Parts: sequence; structure tokens; C-alpha cells
Amino acid sequence: MAPPSSRAEKVRVRRKQLAVGAVAAMMSTALVACGGGSDSTVLTWYINPDAGGQDAVAEKCSTDEYTIDTQVLPQDASQQRIQLARRLAAGDTGIDLMSLDPPYTAEFANAGYLASIPQDLATKLEEQSFDGATEAATWDGELVAAPFWSNTQVLWYRKSFVDKIGLDMSQPVTWDEVIEAAADNGGTVAVQANKYEGYSVWINALISGAGGNIVEDAEKGVDAEITIDSPAGEEAAQVIEQLAGSNAAPSDLSVSNEGTAGTTFGSDEGAFMVNWTYIFHNYDETAPDVAKDIGYARYPQTVEGEESRPPYGGIGLGVSKYSANVDQAMEAVECLTSPESQGINAELTGNMPASPAGYDYPAIGEAYPADLLELFQESVDSAAPRSVTPYWSDISSGILSTWHSPTGVSGSTPKESATFIQSVLQGDALL
Amino acid sequence: MTTTVTAKPGAKSAEPARSSDRSVAENRLGLKLVAPAVILMLIVTAWPMLQALYLSLFRYRLTTPDERDFVGLGNYVTALSDSLFWQDLWNTVVIMVVSVAVELVIGFAFAMVMHRIIFARGVIRTSILIPYGIITVVSAFAWQFAFSLNNGFVNSWFSWLPGISEDLNWFGAHWPAMFAIIVSEIWKTTPFMALLLLAGLSQVSEDMLEAAKVDGATWWQRLWKVILPNMRAAIMVAVLFRALDAFRIFDNIYVMTKGAEGTESSSFLTYRQVIEQFQLGMGSALSVLLFLSVLVLAFGIVKLFKVDLAQARGEG
Repeated sequence: MAPPSSRAEKVRVRRKQLAVGAVAAMMSTALVACGGGSDSTVLTWYINPDAGGQDAVAEKCSTDEYTIDTQVLPQDASQQRIQLARRLAAGDTGIDLMSLDPPYTAEFANAGYLASIPQDLATKLEEQSFDGATEAATWDGELVAAPFWSNTQVLWYRKSFVDKIGLDMSQPVTWDEVIEAAADNGGTVAVQANKYEGYSVWINALISGAGGNIVEDAEKGVDAEITIDSPAGEEAAQVIEQLAGSNAAPSDLSVSNEGTAGTTFGSDEGAFMVNWTYIFHNYDETAPDVAKDIGYARYPQTVEGEESRPPYGGIGLGVSKYSANVDQAMEAVECLTSPESQGINAELTGNMPASPAGYDYPAIGEAYPADLLELFQESVDSAAPRSVTPYWSDISSGILSTWHSPTGVSGSTPKESATFIQSVLQGDALL
Repeated sequence: MTTTVTAKPGAKSAEPARSSDRSVAENRLGLKLVAPAVILMLIVTAWPMLQALYLSLFRYRLTTPDERDFVGLGNYVTALSDSLFWQDLWNTVVIMVVSVAVELVIGFAFAMVMHRIIFARGVIRTSILIPYGIITVVSAFAWQFAFSLNNGFVNSWFSWLPGISEDLNWFGAHWPAMFAIIVSEIWKTTPFMALLLLAGLSQVSEDMLEAAKVDGATWWQRLWKVILPNMRAAIMVAVLFRALDAFRIFDNIYVMTKGAEGTESSSFLTYRQVIEQFQLGMGSALSVLLFLSVLVLAFGIVKLFKVDLAQARGEG
């Protein structure tokens, strides 16, 4: 190295001293802030991104004792799961509250990441919530998350299309009827069939609608019985095969998600679509003609005469076991999941309340027709949550590996997927 | 690199006692001086590697820590007997071989340009190196947009080519998606190859080239008989570095396809097991296998080029 030029060296030393001084100054202010700020506790709530509903209720539920601060998780539900699980596995004390998606609620509860909900609060939540919402938030006989909002799917149709072909939508319809009606009259049936959780949601709803189940004895963990290879599984495969092979399939079927399904439905070929509740206001500004043309009915039946089991989605609130303020966090949960909070959230985001009482919030009644709200509640109440098991993410990925792409689904798919999922759970196959 | 100081062998044998005394003391001081660095390296590299080796013997999932089972080499057996592992390894090898081969040719051309250019040398050298300065994720997004069905330019510019049409979904099938990934990889790292080859090119003596010219060798003969043999060590280093780099490909796949359409690489598979599925045991086993593959690859390339590494470093 060249000998240090004295001037340059001096300048460098000066800079170093300045930097050290600055860091020291910053640290001392930080310490003062920590030590002196005894006004109120800050509860950190990790939320999934939304249109401001959770921020609004966080502000509403902040008290003199504690302030609820929100931190936004990634958009993608599986990325939310990864971030939360990795933080919790490391015992991160920076999380007090979190918004949990149903598919990984059981996984977190089973891993011991969630503080147990006090009995009186649990009873209150169970009484106020829809059965489907409680079922999705229950693991091992205990309520582990507080149902906050509940989403479900209904069958959306274009009134003009249905009128044109003279289909009676006041009676329950089957998938078979919907697909045939669309195919024979140049319409499409928009679904979610990309290789992602939304496709598992559809498959689960189809199987449940035929009276089946993907997993039996979920509490046995890896030894749970995979029952996808059943008459119900075959019925489900048959519906997918029928749609994929018909003219009613949108051209982007294999990469379709909620958003693309909405686009297909809004196009000239749009006829039918299964999608979540928030899609109702999707066209208000962009395509007012379509908005006026939307009709709705209960989710189609897999088997004629057997009641359909619409998909269940939503968010439950969990309290981290590693939080330093579990008691205050539980208090906050009680306020955040009150019917009024659920109503405020629904008004801002279109994510419907998890309780019948939440639907009484006045603003919701103004934004949605009464019969649609009734349909939502009826659907949530009879919804089929995805199997509550700590291994849902493995099972779901296993389903996607074998059932995607929809054009490849056949009568042998349920059997293949059952074998594959079984060996994945036993650690005998790579996912 | 060119200023390596080596003691003359003759001096050593003339005064063995004095130099050995001194060298022992120097060695001791040297050991003391490097000790902190070595200890730090052990903590940050050796320990995680040993930890991975240990974890790979367990069936261990982050979210079910109580069900941790010792399975011995079970994870390795599962991985090696699974078709997904071999499919992903094959993808990785395809990406590595194609991209390194193409990069070697283009990179050599660029190196020649950078070496021989007379005017605007700085500007041309810099502009050739720009892609290498771009973050891989950014370049992957740029190429994803370029190949995109909705807003890309590739389809409309190249629709005159057979097999490419306005509505070709590049990411909807295996080979087109692999093509897009490889193009992005080549665009991004060719400058690196060119830079390493330029270093080799500048080591080829002008005297030798002139002598060959005087002897009547054509341009082609000079390239094959003088330039390339004399920069064999540099070529090996370039191929070795790039091959190992390409074998660990992750970013492009993550951004462009997320592994869909069977475009997953070995490191992407490892990522999914560890990060997405929390399978610490299986993921560790896969990373050990990845590490072993890289070792074998490095060994193979060194053997293939028959270069003495010490000589390549100029220590010979």
C-alpha cells in the first residue's frame, strides 16, 4: 500500500470522528425515546394488504393504554405465511397481532406460535361468528384465531346472457348445466385454475359439494388419511375435465386467477363466473354496463340435488405467543373483531363480516342489495373450509402438482394425487 | 498478479539455517495475523455448512419441531430416487451448458473488440460491461417484459421467424420458457466472461504473434495456434467461474417463471424445500447435494482443460 498522504489521512480521520459522533448522537436519542416514552404500549399488528380497512379499525381500537400499529405483509398469501412463520420460529417479539389466512392457521397453532384465547373471549367469538368461520379457526378442539372477516364465492352471471337462453337461475344449478349453457351459446365460465391456492379452493369446493373431503382425521398430522381418491374426487375431476374440454373454457384457463376471471366475465363472451364477494363492485367505474348486468346465485352444485358447499376464505386474528403484551393484545382482538369493526372493514374493503351481527352495519346495507347480503350469509354458513390441518400447504401443493393443468385432469387424477400427497407427507417424495 | 514475489530456490539451499530460523518466525507471525480471519471464516462458513450436513440427517420441519426424526441418509435416498430431482438437475445442466457455450463465443468476440479497439476505448469497454452492472433481478424483469405476451416486443419484432407469432406465450411451455431464461442469463453475464478473457488476451505476447505473422500464418492460424493455446488458463478460469455461477441459477427463474412449466433448477428446488415448505432436513440434504455437484463440476473443468492451477496463478 502507498504511504498515507497526510492531508487525505487527516480528512479521513475527521470524517470518521464525525460519523462516530453522529452514530452516538442517534443512539442516545433512540435510548431517550425508548426510556422516556412511557405513555402507552405499542401493539404491532401484521396485516395482509387491503384497502385501508385494517388501518381504520386499528386506529379505532387504540386506547390510552396501547396504540395499535400496523405492518403490511406481502401481497401473496404464501409469502405472508413464510414471513410470519420464519419470524415466529425465531421467537420474534416484535409481532403482537397478526392477520392469518385460514390455510395456515392450523399450522401456526400446531407449532405453538399462537397464544391461547381466554375462555370467555373464545365463547363470545364462537357465539357471534358464522359456523364456517369458527370451523376454519379451530384446531384441536380449540378456537385459535378470532374470525375477523369471512369471504365466500357465489355464482355470478350476466343477466342478459341468461335471459337470452332462458335459463332459470332462481333454482339451484349444477356445474354441468352452467358449462353446457355457456358452451352451447358462445359464453364462458370463468374460474380460478392457475397453479396457485385459488385452484385448490375450487377443487376443495367441488369435492365438498359431492359430499367428499380431501383429508380425513386431519389431527393425525402426516398420518392423516388422504381421501381425495373417492367418488366425490372423481365427480370433481369430471367437472374440471368437462369445463377444460368445452368451448366454455376461457382461453387463459390454465393461468386464470380472480383478476383474470373478472376480466373474462366483463368481456363480450362473459356469461358465468365463480368469484369472491368483492367482485360485485369491480365494474362500477370501469364498465358500468357490466355492473348493471350482474346477477348472482348460489355456488353451483357438483352433483344434482346435493347442496353446494361454497369456498370459504377470510382472515382470523391471532396473538403471538412471543408477544410481551398478550393480555392487551387479547383486549385489542376483542375490539378489532367486534361486529362494528367488522362492518367498518367491510365498508372500506368489500371483505364481508365474519358474523351475522356485522352485516347489520348500516353502510353495508347501502352498498349491497339485501338479497345479495342474504346469499353471502347463507353461503358462508354452508361453506366448506379447506381441511384444517398443519400440513395444508403440502397437501395443497400436492394437489396442484397433479391437478394442474386443468386440461390434463382425467378420471385417474384423484388416485394419482392421493398416492402422491401420501408419499409427500411421509417424506418419500419431493414436492 | 504479475508481481508475485518468490524466493529463488538457490538462495534457500545456500543458507538453510538462517532462512529457516527467520521463516519459522515469519510463519508464526503469519499464522497469528491470519488467525482472526480464519476464525471468522470458520464461524460464518464452516459452521453453517456443518450444521446443514447435520440437519440433512433429520426429517425436520420448522413448524413441527417436536416431530423431528433422525432418518440417517433417508433424505438423500428420497431425493436421489425422485424424478423431480433429476428433472431439475437436467434443467440446470442445460441452462449451464448452453449459456456458458454461447457466452464463451460472444464473450471472446467482445474481448477481441475491447483488446484491439483504437478509438473511444473507454466508452466502448464501458458500454460492453453495462449489462454486468445491472442487478440480476432487474435484468430478469426486463427480459420478462420483453418476452411478455401482452406488452413485450419480442413477439412483434420477430414474428417473421417460423414458430414465433404475435400470440406466442413464451412462459406457457417448457422450451420457450427455458429459452427466455437462458437469453436473460447470457445477456447479463457475457460481459463478465469478456472481462476475464480480455485479461487472458492481454497476456498473449505480441512478439509471438508478430513472429507467427512473419512466418506466414493466417489470421485463423494465429488465433488457433498462438492466441488460444496461450490463454488456456484464462479460458479455464472464465469457464470455471461462469459454469459454477450458471449452475447455481436462481434469480432469473424466480422472476420469470417461478419454476412453472418444469423450468425449475436445482437451487430453486432447494429454495422451495427450505424456504417455502420449511423442510429444513430435506432442504439441507438438497443443498449438500448441490454443493457436491458444484465440487464435481469444478474438478471436472480443471481436469478437462489440463491446466495446472498454480501455473494459472503465475506461481509456476
